[in-house]
Amino acid sequence: MKSLEELRQLRDKVEKEMKMRDESNRPEIIIGMGTCGIAAGAREILQAVLAELEKRDVDAKVTQTGCIGMCEREPLLDVKMPGKDRITYGNLKLNDVKRIITEHVINENIVQELAIARMDN
Amino acid sequence: MKDIIYRSHILICTGTGCTSSGAKKMRIALEDELAERNLNKEVKIIETGCHGFCEKGPIVVVYPEGVFYCEVKSEDIPELVEEHLLKGRIVERLLFKEPVTEENIPSYHDIQFYKKQERIVLSNCGKIDPENIDEYIALGGYEAVGKALSSMSQKDVIAEVKNSGLRGRGGGGFPTGLKWQFAHEAVSNKKYVICNADEGDPGAFMDRSLLEGDPHRVIEGMIIAGYAIGADEGYLYVRAEYPLAIKRLEKAISQAEDYGLLGDDLFSSGYNFKLHIKKGAGAFVCGEETALMASIEGKRGMPRPRPPYPANSGLWGKPTNINNVETYGNIPYIIKNGAEEYSKIGTENSKGTKVFALTGKINNTGLVEVPMGTTLREVIYDIGGGLGEGMKYKAVQTGGPSGGCITSEHLDLPIDYDSLLGVGAMMGSGGMVVMDDGTCMVDVARFFLNFTQSESCGKCTPCREGTKRMLEILERICEGEGEDGDIALLEDLAHHIKDTALCGLGQTAPNPVLSTLKYFRHEYEAHIFDHKCPAGVCKDLASAYLIDKETCVGCSICAKACPVDAITGTPKESYQIDDDICISCGVCASKCPVSAISQG
Repeated sequence: MKSLEELRQLRDKVEKEMKMRDESNRPEIIIGMGTCGIAAGAREILQAVLAELEKRDVDAKVTQTGCIGMCEREPLLDVKMPGKDRITYGNLKLNDVKRIITEHVINENIVQELAIARMDN
Repeated sequence: MKDIIYRSHILICTGTGCTSSGAKKMRIALEDELAERNLNKEVKIIETGCHGFCEKGPIVVVYPEGVFYCEVKSEDIPELVEEHLLKGRIVERLLFKEPVTEENIPSYHDIQFYKKQERIVLSNCGKIDPENIDEYIALGGYEAVGKALSSMSQKDVIAEVKNSGLRGRGGGGFPTGLKWQFAHEAVSNKKYVICNADEGDPGAFMDRSLLEGDPHRVIEGMIIAGYAIGADEGYLYVRAEYPLAIKRLEKAISQAEDYGLLGDDLFSSGYNFKLHIKKGAGAFVCGEETALMASIEGKRGMPRPRPPYPANSGLWGKPTNINNVETYGNIPYIIKNGAEEYSKIGTENSKGTKVFALTGKINNTGLVEVPMGTTLREVIYDIGGGLGEGMKYKAVQTGGPSGGCITSEHLDLPIDYDSLLGVGAMMGSGGMVVMDDGTCMVDVARFFLNFTQSESCGKCTPCREGTKRMLEILERICEGEGEDGDIALLEDLAHHIKDTALCGLGQTAPNPVLSTLKYFRHEYEAHIFDHKCPAGVCKDLASAYLIDKETCVGCSICAKACPVDAITGTPKESYQIDDDICISCGVCASKCPVSAISQG
C-alpha cells in the first residue's frame, strides 16, 4: 500500500458488494414470487432485474414477496423509492424491466402504462 | 472484483459457539439447497465471526432485508430457501422470540439484546467475513493506519490515544497512551509491540470472539502502536486452545502482507512493520506480561519482579509495549474519529465501551458491548434477559479468579474501572458470571482458589504455599470440618498473599475469598458453626432428602432415577430414602411428578 489514496480506491472497488448489508434507505425492487408469479416467469424477471442493475451500476435492494392475490397480472414487480409511494407494475415482459429501471429507479418517473397500483408510503 | 453481483447475502456465524451448535453442517445443507434450486449465482453465503448472541446459535442473517434467524438447523434449510429466498416470506418460527412479550422480532436492531449495546470494537463482528480483507477495507478498515502514517507524527498518535482516555482492557485499566509514551521515550535501536491474547479467565471469551470475528482490527491497532513507539516487529501471543482465532489471524496477516499493509515502507512513510503469532501452551500465568515475554523467548513462563517495566526492558531486554486484544481493537476507531469523539462515550475516568462475556444462570448467554457507566441491572436484565425461570439473583462475579462479587444492592452501580474497585470487585478482562440463590459462595471461592492454586507457577512462596493453605481451609469448610478461627486465618493469609506475592496472579488470587467474605460471611459461618450449606451445594453439609409419605403416589420414578440405588419401596404404595446411601444429589426431587421429595 503506497498511499491513503490507493487504499481509498481499493475501498471504492470493494464497497459495492458490502452495500448489500447496508440497511439504510435505498430504492427497493420487490418481485412477486408466489407459485403464480414463478409460473408466469418471475424468476426470469428477477434475473433480468439483477442484470440490469449491475449493467447500470444502480444501488438497489432486490427482495421478493409472495402472492398478493393479483395472480392474473403476474409477473408483478414493485418499485419503492425512498420516501415515495410503492408502485406495482404488472403483466411484465422481460424487456419492460430495462424501462422500469431506467425511467423509474434512475430517473424517478413512474412508467404510467405499466403501472397497475399504488400503495401509500 | 467479483463478476457476480448477488441479490442476497446469507451470513452464517461460524464463531466457536455457533460452530459447536452445528453451523458447519447447516452451511453445507444450505450450499446444496441453493445449488439444487439454481440460486447459487444469486445468493452468496458468507461465514462471519461471532454476533455475541451465542445462546441462540447457530445464527443466520439474511440481507438485504437484514432478517435475523436463530437456532437454524440443517433441517430448517429447505424451508428457509423455499420461503425466504424464493417467495420472500419470512420464516416466522425461526425468528427470535422476545422472552417477555413472546413477540417475533425479524430485525437485528429491534432485539432487546442488541438495542442497548453500543458496538465499537465489535462493530464488524458478525457483519463481515473475517477471512476476507476486502470486507474490512470496504467498511473503512486500515484507514486509521493510513491516516496515522501519512499525516500524524508519533507524538500526535500518542497524544490522540492519551486524550481519548482509553485504559487497558486486560483488567488493570492503566492509561494506554501513557504506556505508549513510556515505550516511545525509551531509547533503543530495537523495540517490540505485543498483543496479549492469552485469555484465561473461566467464562471469558471476549478476545477470542474479536480475533475470530474481526482479526484485521486488532492487527491495525498493533501497527499503529508499533509506529507510535517506534517498533518494527510485533507478536500476537494467542493460546493454542483458540485454533480458529489462530487460523483467521494467520490468514489475516498473510492478506495484509499481500496488500502491503504489513511489511516495508507502509504508505510510503518509510515505516516497516512485521507481525508474528506465538501460540501459548495454556498456562494461566502467561497472561502476566513478564511471564508472557519469557514464554515468547522460549523460556519457562514465569513472572519476574518489576521494575524494570516492559516499556524499558521487555522482550529480549528491548523496550516493549504490551496491550490486550480489546485495547488494540479500540485504536483504529480513536485514530479515525479522533479522541474527542471517542471520549464522548463512557464516564469521567473510564472512556469508551467495554465488552463483557455473560455466562452463568442468565437467559442470554453471550457477548455484549456497552458504554462504560452502564449499570449492572441494564446488562443483566435488559440485555441479558434476566435469570432463568424461578431463579433469584444472588451475585455477579466479575474479573474472574482475580475479581470479586457484586451483590443485588449494587445492581444500579454504573460500571467502570473505579466503581467496581470501590465495591471490592474489578473490571478484569470482562467475564461476568451470573449466580442465583442455588449457588454456594464458599464453593465459588473454593472453585476460583482451586483454579489459581493449580495455575500458580510456584516461583514465589506466598502464592505457591499461601494459596495452597487457603484452599485446604476452604475445602475443609465445604466438607463440614471448618473450625472456629478459620475465617480469621483465611483473612490473615489473604492479606499477606496480596501484599507479598510476586505477580498479579498471586496478588489477586485471594480476591474471590475476600469478596465473598465481605458480602456472604454468614454463609461461611453457617458452614462452620451450623454445619449447613444454605444453598444446598456442599454435599457433606446438604440436608438429607425425605419423601413425604402422604404425597407419594408410589410411581417408582425416583427409585429408577437414583444413581446410587438409595430409594426402595413398593410400587403403588410408597418409597423411602436410605440416608446412609443417599449422596444428596437431588435427582429424585427434580424427577418426582408430585413434588413429594424435599430437603429436610
